[in-house]
Amino acid sequence: MFRQVAHRLLTRSTTNHSACAAATILRPYSTDVSTDASSGDSAFVEAWKKVAPNIDPPKTPIQFMEPRPPTPSTLPSKLTVNFVLPYAAELSKAEVDMVIVPATTGQMGILPGHVPTIAELKPGLLSVHEGNDVKKYFISSGFAFVHSNSYADILAVEAIPLDRIDPAQVQKGLSEFTQKLNSASTDLDKAEAQIGVDVHSALNSALTG
Amino acid sequence: MAMAALRREGRRFAPLVSSPNPINAIRSTLAPAEEQVGLGVRSISTQVVRNRMKSVRNIQKITKAMKMVAASKLRAIQVRAENSRGLWQPFTALLGDTPSVNVKKNVIVTISSDKGLCGGINSTSVKISRALYKINSGPDTECKYVILGEKGKAQLIRDSKKDIELILTELQKNFLNYTQVSVLADDILKNVEFDALRIVFNKFQSVVSFLPTTATVLSPEIVERESEAGGKIGDLDSYEIEGGETKSEVLQNLAEFQFSCVMFNAVLENACSEQGARMSAMDSSSRNAGDMLDRLTLTYNRTRQASITTELIEIISGASALEG
Repeated sequence: MFRQVAHRLLTRSTTNHSACAAATILRPYSTDVSTDASSGDSAFVEAWKKVAPNIDPPKTPIQFMEPRPPTPSTLPSKLTVNFVLPYAAELSKAEVDMVIVPATTGQMGILPGHVPTIAELKPGLLSVHEGNDVKKYFISSGFAFVHSNSYADILAVEAIPLDRIDPAQVQKGLSEFTQKLNSASTDLDKAEAQIGVDVHSALNSALTG
Repeated sequence: MAMAALRREGRRFAPLVSSPNPINAIRSTLAPAEEQVGLGVRSISTQVVRNRMKSVRNIQKITKAMKMVAASKLRAIQVRAENSRGLWQPFTALLGDTPSVNVKKNVIVTISSDKGLCGGINSTSVKISRALYKINSGPDTECKYVILGEKGKAQLIRDSKKDIELILTELQKNFLNYTQVSVLADDILKNVEFDALRIVFNKFQSVVSFLPTTATVLSPEIVERESEAGGKIGDLDSYEIEGGETKSEVLQNLAEFQFSCVMFNAVLENACSEQGARMSAMDSSSRNAGDMLDRLTLTYNRTRQASITTELIEIISGASALEG
């Protein structure tokens, strides 16, 4: 019996030693594990484990996203555009030469190597230039982000290719909203009518210009 | 007297020869059938078992139909949920993901379903919300709930009634669209003061797998604070702001837009998860009903054969009594 106990003690100590050795070998690698993208925010997971150790922590959006490439050292030749709407991703990682977005401060052209920008958009014309062909959309407002790695994200609530717009309806809408603006009484009505006028005049100029 | 003894024996052995794992309810429903024998009725009644079989068969049909309905609804909404996935990615790329941010006023937006029979997804969302509440409530921080959906309301109103700010139900009465969700988001933003909004929902990964997820939307002041402090949103200052008069106005619009976009995706994903969970719950329910039906059929046959045997014994014993 003593022989068995001694044997068991020996094996346990050797397994402990090998486990320790394994742990010390593994530890330098743990810092190499990519932190946020795959395992989520570590501080959050820690706080979670203290409060609810039996439940798995919930996932966070960054774990479902492909990480963006870092800023390259040389100027890239193409701009990578993600143009998203609530109902569809119109362009996803499309490599183009230039996009022109209707920012509130006017039409803004974005080329590869553009300075990082957050631009608020107003209703207007968006054009995507790839080589010789140009795709034009009329977008309702949204936002455009340009990142330092020549990635551009354009978010809009609605986007329609120009050939689907009916000019007669646009004129009718414009006159209707101008009339509403003139006869508006409360601030809310005035603001709504103003928005209508802005959108329709932007549509008009997009169709003509 | 021998016949009476035989009959008594038959009655005593009847429950012993039934299946090794009898359903307790079945045993209890068979007991009155045997008592009828004791009172002098000739044949053991199979009526009780037959009634039970009919009701189980109806349940099986209903749950199978519900599964088909859920499958067709899932197909329709899954396409829309997958298309809306591109909407929140630019915000996470710009502002990063900071669920461990430490703020004073936290608001937990729990998204749940209105109808039941959808498995455990609502309980999971509520458990996660409660845990987030515990993490974020401290001596100088406060935490409030905004609940979307009847099932979440039913669970959270029991113990967190004073912390609930807003309850919104019947989201899916009309077809879910961005306008509706942006009105909802507007409602929430107007009525609730927040530094950080934590949206809890079930992300649809596949028909059998739903991952509880929490997305964090920060108010513009906190975004400024975090970007000045460095850390994940550290390089927000390097971005030039175009449009609007001041930077804070643009950041305000950005936060509101972010909230409505993330909400839209979250609501669609949760609806998908609900239909998927309902499909699998109804599927296992109809399978269970099928198993129950098989067991009931065996019991029915046994009961029927026992009654036939009893009749035969009586006839034969009667005949032999006459002869002998």
